[in-house]
Formats: sequence, structure tokens, C-alpha cells
Amino acid sequence: MLDKLKDFSSRFFVTGEPMIYGADVAILLTLAGIIFVLTYLKKWKWLWREWLTTVDHKKIGIMYMLSSLLMLFRGGVDALLMRIQLAFPQWHFLDSNHYNEIFTTHGTIMILFMAMPLMFAFFNIVVPLQIGARDVAYPFLNAVSFWLFFFGAMLFNLSFVIGGSPDAGWLSYPPLSGMQFSPGPGQDFYIWGIQISGIGSLASGINFIMTILKMRAPGMKLMHMPLFTWSVLASCIIIIFAFPVLTVTLALLFIDRFFDGHLFTMTGGGNPMMYINLIWMWGHPEVYIVVLPAFGIFSEIVATFSQKKIFGYKSMVFSMMIISVLSYFTWVHHFFTMGAGANVNVFFAITTMAIGIPTGVKVFNWLFTMFRGRIQMTQPMLWTIAFIPCFVVGGATGVMLSAAPADYQYHNSYFLVAHFHQVLIGGVVFGFFAGLYYWWPKMFGFKLNDRLGKWAFWTWNIGFYVCFMPQYALGFMGMTRRIYTYDFDMGWGPLNVISTVGAFFMGIGFIFQAWQILHGIKYGERDVTGDPWNGRTLEWSIPSPPPHYNFAVIPTVTGQDAWWTIKEERKKKKAKETAVFSPIHMPKNSGIPFIMSVFWFIAGFGLTFHWVWMAIFGLTGVGACLLARSFQYNSDYYIPVDEIRHTEDSVGRVG
Amino acid sequence: MAYATAHHEEHHHEHDEGIKVMGFWLFLVTDCILFGALFATYAVLVNHTAGGLTGKEFFEVPGFVSETFILLTSSFTSGLAVLSMHKEKIKPLIGWLIVTLLLGMCFVGLEIHEFQTMVHEGATISTSAFFTAFYTLVSTHGLHVSVGIIWMISITIQLKRYGITSVTKRKVTIISLYWHFLDAVWIFLYTVVYLMGVM
Repeated sequence: MLDKLKDFSSRFFVTGEPMIYGADVAILLTLAGIIFVLTYLKKWKWLWREWLTTVDHKKIGIMYMLSSLLMLFRGGVDALLMRIQLAFPQWHFLDSNHYNEIFTTHGTIMILFMAMPLMFAFFNIVVPLQIGARDVAYPFLNAVSFWLFFFGAMLFNLSFVIGGSPDAGWLSYPPLSGMQFSPGPGQDFYIWGIQISGIGSLASGINFIMTILKMRAPGMKLMHMPLFTWSVLASCIIIIFAFPVLTVTLALLFIDRFFDGHLFTMTGGGNPMMYINLIWMWGHPEVYIVVLPAFGIFSEIVATFSQKKIFGYKSMVFSMMIISVLSYFTWVHHFFTMGAGANVNVFFAITTMAIGIPTGVKVFNWLFTMFRGRIQMTQPMLWTIAFIPCFVVGGATGVMLSAAPADYQYHNSYFLVAHFHQVLIGGVVFGFFAGLYYWWPKMFGFKLNDRLGKWAFWTWNIGFYVCFMPQYALGFMGMTRRIYTYDFDMGWGPLNVISTVGAFFMGIGFIFQAWQILHGIKYGERDVTGDPWNGRTLEWSIPSPPPHYNFAVIPTVTGQDAWWTIKEERKKKKAKETAVFSPIHMPKNSGIPFIMSVFWFIAGFGLTFHWVWMAIFGLTGVGACLLARSFQYNSDYYIPVDEIRHTEDSVGRVG
Repeated sequence: MAYATAHHEEHHHEHDEGIKVMGFWLFLVTDCILFGALFATYAVLVNHTAGGLTGKEFFEVPGFVSETFILLTSSFTSGLAVLSMHKEKIKPLIGWLIVTLLLGMCFVGLEIHEFQTMVHEGATISTSAFFTAFYTLVSTHGLHVSVGIIWMISITIQLKRYGITSVTKRKVTIISLYWHFLDAVWIFLYTVVYLMGVM
């Protein structure tokens, strides 16, 4: 009995690595610390009532943001470990299996558990405020989306200390990810972590399309919408077309693993290339899902800090829509070497190059907006300007890769690694950082320190180029991706050392940002106006942080840059309008999204270890939660006028 | 004033219900793509039988034809339920929903029976790529129908409890959309999998 238990626990818990024991201790200490602090300060009830059960889009957005920054930390540590391993030839900092696990989790976490939730954070925090809405179309579903993401991410991260991490690459190509070559639970952690959070992403896509189409303030036509809202719409359209494919792909992989199916195994007639087609049918559009909102963010920032209307609004909208359509017709460029034939490769090469055109249009529009504008070099603007050269280089190398014959040379080399980091960090991460600095005062009511921000900006940027420029060269020198170690006589050593130094610079940049946030909480400059940047869109017309009903009175919109227009009119008239309040219809908080996601987590854990009883228990719980919700009829309430007047008075807005 | 608020409330709720129905249409778009991906997988793997048996040896014409008739009829009865709802007649509404439910259960029962026979005769999910794709595609549809049955039972209970209100109306509308959608998917299954399989 005791032996059995020992045997079980040695398979269940990941053992043998001092770093993992360290992580175990750190996780336990953090958990104990959190529990102690919450108990000591008597905050359990507060946590449940204000956060875990909330359906307020702003709070959900903040939770998305915090979890995503945590994941950025974890993915970043993975990156640094990889860079240490690769710094010197014949180096054995990590063993090969551990290295495989780290590059797999780094990719998965950065795309699915860092970029996606950070994007959803902006969707949640900004979109309803920009379109003059009180909430999203389905507030309850919104909470479900968040908690599914959260518990999916937790399930995935658990693999680090329990069961073992996946090690078949971030897209888990079979046969490597099949039962034969990945028999442990790592691959199933991958499948269910992503599957659960993916369902949430799909729901968010539907939610925000409906929010944008149906919840706009009166008078706001589609062509009056702020460009960030447009970019969210474009991104959500891609989500609802791409994410079902991901759901199917992961389910099929699980069927192969769990039921001994033969979809992707060569024995039995399966076709592994089928998987690669399917996963990239989601995977390539996914790139545009995360980058389009970044483009939206840049459009807002450039207009605000050039103090001008955006140049070429219509072409901006048009280009985003073109990108969202073209994004489905590029997936084969990920495997030009598949052997599909010249004609297929030519088609996908041309569509891939074509997508550069609308992207180029946008860059020129931003430049023309800045031209003859009164540019203010604030922190959001700094990141926007840094983005432009970075993305231009990334775009150029992308076109190089998209030329099918040339791709036979670059395929799976470090040139490719450098390219996609250049567009994903330069485009998405820089964009989201710009957005964080831009909307931070709106979220929390204080600005972040400028000096620390500049330090963060420069360390990140210098680090970025030092890290990735050598990798282009390494690619030409023949270094391939996912390589674990290399020989002295390859001559890759010096460039790899430089690259590692750059990576650490970016790590320092992240520390500056963490410091900046802590500094801001204590000393941050308060924003009492609600409009610290002299903004143009409606989110700046309400106090920071906004009251939970957002707008005491829903504004009427007459054109683009609604808040700017209102300000201009107020200057002319100089008269203050008195607002007439009426009761506000709001959704009630609910614990069901949280509880249901816990059941999903239990089901996912059971499926990961192939414990059918546990999976059935979890899924039954999910079903029970859905039924409970279906029988809940009393799910909203009205805020009385007195309460609105009181709240508005307390933030200095007299009705 | 009280009247005005009540009116406002009613108006607001109807607006809410409309948005929920539209959102469900969007969900159906995503479900279309889900099935599209499964159909694509099936189409790629349909001849990958690893030298073994094909569907032709296993598909029983009387079986899948009766499944088809039962499901098509259930789609019709769910339509009748919606018609009764629009006439504000609660009893036929509940009655037709129950008929739909029972037909749905018959369908699932027949499908399970079909699978059992096939497995018994030696065509399991791990026999070949073709059979993996077949079972995956058809049982995904079957799973959808089963979920629909539980969902419809819950709505029937709610109708008994609350009668026809704007909320229950929306729920019946959505479940019938879902049911028709499953019917449409089955027509593709019937054609692509079964008819083309036995021909």
C-alpha cells in the first residue's frame, strides 16, 4: 500500500529538479501568504462579493489584466531560462527534456494566456465606455469567459509541478504529441488548459460583436465609432471564425490520445498533416486577433497625442476589415515545405504578401496623423513611436518569409524566430503596453510615474533589438529553432551571448514596470478630471475610475470623436446643462460563473489524468450550474435615482 | 410615475431578449464552423480505411433513414410548438415540446443502437482513421441532440412554472433555432456520410 502510494506520488508530482522544488516551495509560500493576508485583513467576503462574483466589465477587465501580467512574468522567466541555456556552446544549464518543456510552455503561455487575456482586458475596460454603454451585451457570459480563461490557465500552469509539462512545441504537432511519443499527462494538460480557456474566448467574441452592434449610445453610427472599437469588432469577427476550429483540433487530438483513434497517427491511416492544417487555420488568424486591437490602440493614441483627428478614418476601417478577411487565406504559409505543390504555395504566398498592403496603409495613416500635429511625448506615445520602426522591420522580414521558394531556406530557422518575435513583441506587446499606460488613469484613477516609465521603455527597446537582431543572423548561419545545444565550431556562440544579454535587458524593463505600478499605487498623480490626456472619445467624459453604471446619463452622439465634439460645444456655449437622472437597469452579481469554471477545472484535471469518474463529476457540475442559471429569473435590479445622484456628487459631478 | 417605470422596464426586457436571440444566431455561426471542420476531417479521411472495412459494410439503410425521418419530424413539431407559443396557447406549446423531446430521445436511442451494432461487428473508433472520423463527426451531432434534450426539458419545466412571458418566449425561440440547426446539420450528415457511404 505504502509502496503504491509512493509510486503514485512520484508519478503525480514532478520530481528531480532543484528548480522545481524551489517552485513548489514558492507556490506553497505564496498561497499561504495570500490566505494569511486575506484572513488577517478579513477580506474573504470582500473578495467574493466584489471580485469573484462580479459581472462588472471594468472589474473583469482588471482581473484579466492582472492575470495576464502574471503570465507575462511566467512566460518571461521561461524565456530567460531558454536564453541562458542557449548563451554558450555545449552548455548544460537545463537538460534537454526540461528545455523542450520550457519552449513549449513559453509559446503557449505568451500567446494564449498573456496576449489573449491582455487583449480581453482592453475589450472589457474600454469598449463599453467608448460606445457609451452601461455594460457588455451579456454581462453574465462575460464573467463566465473570464473564469474559464482563468481556470484554463491555472490548469495549464499546474503541469509545471504536477504530472509534468507538455513538451511537443506550442502547437503540439502529432505524432510528437500523440500517445506514442507523449505518454504522460503533459499533453493533456495542454489540450484541456487551452480548450477550457478557448471556450471562454469564443464566448467573448460573440459577446463583444453583439455589444458593439447593439449597445452603442444613441446617434453613434458605425462610422462614428472610435477606431479601437472598430479593431475589436474586426478581431471578434476573426475569433468567431477561428476559435471553433481550435476547439475541433484539440478535441480531435484528445480523441486520438484517449480513445486510441487514428486521425493523426500514421498507423491506421491517419494524416498528421491534417492536424497542422487545422491548427494553423486557427493559428494564423490568431495572430491578427491579437494584433488588430493593438492597431486600434495606436490609432487612439496617435490621434489623442497629436491633438488631431485621425488621418484617413475610412481607410483605417477598411484596412482592418480587409485584414480580417485575408487572415483566413494565409495559413499554408506556415508549411510551404509540406509538399502541397507550387500552385498552392503561390496562392498562399500572394495572400500573405497582400496582407502587408492594408497594414502599410495603417502605418502611413498614423504617420500622416502625426504630421503637423502638436505631438506630446507621453508614455503611450513613446511606445507607439517605438512600434513603427520595429513593425516595419518585422513586416519586411515577414514578406521575405512569405516568398515560398525563399522560405525553403528560412523554414524553422532562427530567422523565423526573430521575425515573429519582432511582430508579436513590437506589434502586440508594445501596443498593449501603450494601451496600459493610456487607459491606466481611467482604470485606477492615477497616472504612472514618467521617469520609471522612460527607464522601462528604453531597457525594453534596447533589449529588444539586442536580443532579436542577432537571431536574424543566426538564422542565416543555419541555427534552427527548438535547438537545445550546439557545438563550438558552429560559430554561433558570440551572437547567442549578445542575444541573451538583450533578453535580460527586457527582463529589467519588466521589473521597472512592476516597480512603476507599485510606485504609482503609493505616489501616483491622481486624476480628478477623468480626462487627463484631453481625450477625444467617450471614455474620457466620465470620472476615473468610472462608477459601476459608467454613464449617469447616456450621451447622445453626433459624429466621430464624440467627447471632443461635446467639449468644443461646451466651450462655445459656456452653459452647464443639468442632467436628469432616471433609474439604471443593472445585472446582479452571480457566483455561478466562478463555480462553473471550478467544475470545468475539475473536469479538465480528471480528463488530463484519464480519471473518468472525476471528469464525469466535473462535467455534471458544469451542467448543474447551467441549469441553475437557466432557472434564475431574478437576475437584475434598478439603481434608484438618489443613489446615482449621491455617487455623482461624491466624484464632483453635480447633476 | 409608477406606470412609466413599469413600462420602461417591460420595454427594456424585450430589448434584452432580442439581443439574446441575435447572439444565439452568432453562436450558431460558430457551431457551423465547428461542424465544418469535422466534415472537412471526415472528407479527408473517408478513404483512409487502412486496408480494412469501409462504411458500406456497416451502414444500415433502414436504420439511418428512420433516424432521418424521426429527426425531421421532431424539427416540424418544434415548429408547431413555436406556432402555439405565438398564439399564446400554453398547453399545445408544452405538448409539442414533449413530442419533440420524445422524438429526439428516439433518435439518440437509435444512434446508440447503431453504434453498438457497429462496434459489435468489429468497427470501433480505433479500427482506422475512417472510423475515428466517422464516430467523431456523428457522435458530435448526437451529443448536441442530447444536450438539446436536457435543455428542452428544463425549458418545459420553466414554461409550466412561469407560463408564456417575454423570457420564456425567448428561451423557446432559441431552443427551436438550435433544434432546426441540428436538423440542418443532420441533412448534411445523411448525405455526406450515409448516402455517399452506401453508394
